[in-house]
Amino acid sequence: MKIKEIQDQIVEEFDIFDSWMDKYEYLIELGKSVPVIDDINKTDDNIIKGCQSKVWLHAQENDGFVEFSADSDAIITKGIVSLLIRTFSNQRPDDIINASLDFIDKIGLRQHLSPNRANGLNNMIKKIKFYAIAFSKTK
Amino acid sequence: MIFKMNILNNIESIRKEFPILNTTVNGNKLIYLDNAATSQTPNCVIESISSYYKNLNSNIHRGVHTLSQIATEKYEDTRKKFSNHFNARSSSEIIFTSGTTHSINLVSSGFTNFLDDKDEIIVSQLEHHSNIVPWQMLCEKTGAKMKVIPMNDKGELDLNAFSNLLSDKTKIVFVNHVSNALGTVNNIQEIIEKSHQVGAAVLIDGAQAVPHFKVDVRKLDVDFYVCSAHKFCGPTGVGILYGKKEWLEKLPAYQGGGEMIDEVTFEKTTYSELPNKFEAGTPNIAGVIASGIALDYINTIGLENIKEYEDYLLNYATEKLLEIDGMKIYGESKNKTSVISFNIGSIHPYDIGSLIDNLGIAVRTGHHCAQPIMDFFKIPGTIRISFCFYNTTEEIDTLINALKKASTMLS
Repeated sequence: MKIKEIQDQIVEEFDIFDSWMDKYEYLIELGKSVPVIDDINKTDDNIIKGCQSKVWLHAQENDGFVEFSADSDAIITKGIVSLLIRTFSNQRPDDIINASLDFIDKIGLRQHLSPNRANGLNNMIKKIKFYAIAFSKTK
Repeated sequence: MIFKMNILNNIESIRKEFPILNTTVNGNKLIYLDNAATSQTPNCVIESISSYYKNLNSNIHRGVHTLSQIATEKYEDTRKKFSNHFNARSSSEIIFTSGTTHSINLVSSGFTNFLDDKDEIIVSQLEHHSNIVPWQMLCEKTGAKMKVIPMNDKGELDLNAFSNLLSDKTKIVFVNHVSNALGTVNNIQEIIEKSHQVGAAVLIDGAQAVPHFKVDVRKLDVDFYVCSAHKFCGPTGVGILYGKKEWLEKLPAYQGGGEMIDEVTFEKTTYSELPNKFEAGTPNIAGVIASGIALDYINTIGLENIKEYEDYLLNYATEKLLEIDGMKIYGESKNKTSVISFNIGSIHPYDIGSLIDNLGIAVRTGHHCAQPIMDFFKIPGTIRISFCFYNTTEEIDTLINALKKASTMLS
């Protein structure tokens, strides 16, 4: 599935919920299904700066596609990361670099995060794009 | 006008003085439990700021015109208010700064002149970063060494260990009166006495103390005492530095500029007397005057009444919190102000904070700018609730229900 289609799917899923409490409940569920990063990759280099909780993000290339794995010590953060991974994992580096990310605004997540936390989210997205750029250069 | 009274019986009229308490957050009525970060502002303080800009705005200490003279008088009267409140010897011992952090930096920077690499300075493990980092910068500049007073599991300082750290090498000791992260009230009287026995100066960070109880700098015999107005219902951007006259005279000027000079030529400038020596540039005049109004406000309610009511909230909340499964409270000293730091089971404080924010409850999550304390307890952070005299037991009940709901969702 293309990045755009995945994002539309996420927006549809979140549309079902009326309240942010329900949306958070869903994020908590999603957090439990993150492709968990191997302990060996839980290095300081892989920690995303600017998050209130600890977030590790790792990527590897598999046959021209980028696969992401992550972990966080906070479950809601993990839920947010899981949405990012679902969007960007198993995509080609160039598609990741060129993708415009709109589901975060469409589901209202960005307004719901304090500037501090939104900053952490931006850093996660930056890190995902950096990985894609690195893999696109090694092609 | 509120006279000395039992806060509980007048809580509704007190709350009416704080317009922000009627705000809704995410569709819920705001429950503000982050008072240790900043307290809310009553009408009299808001009106003071507004009235200053409507009726009085002018620069102080230099104009011969009427507005400037009235503004100067109000500004200097405010200095007297703080001098009286803290029982300083003279109002020239009160310096207005932009906040506690600024006050600490002013003193630590001045100590650059007094230290070398053989000297030692002492901090406590309970400090806010703002009472650690400026002194680390001082150590980097001078080569002096920083020693740390350890704490026990209850979050209390070990004063026997402190005695062993003191020596004739100790030049200054800097400790908070009340811990912002745990609420512990430190025995600063003993710290000051012991420090003076070896000839060391003492700076007390009173940011979390001044809103809750009376502080008498002369009785304490403290050398420097610092606090911020926004923690006691005043505006942001105003800090108070009390310093003993002999120390303030000895300390070099911190910033150069207007107001702090006596005579300026390109060859040499001589500086003004206290307190102007430390107040370069146009100060936060509106803010300073409004801070005096905030001080009047809390004194009208009465710090004894405030202490009694906040202790009642603290005990009520502590009891209710402990009914929640997995509750762990950090900071169990018998001598505490109305701050409770806690975690529930292994749930990350950020997760709880995010969920209860949805329900309109403002708390602080994280390390509270006191990472060494979190390292001591080996935790990433805590949830911190902190009360002001306008909070109610009903608000605590709503918090408890929200915490129970969040905890169920996250377990």
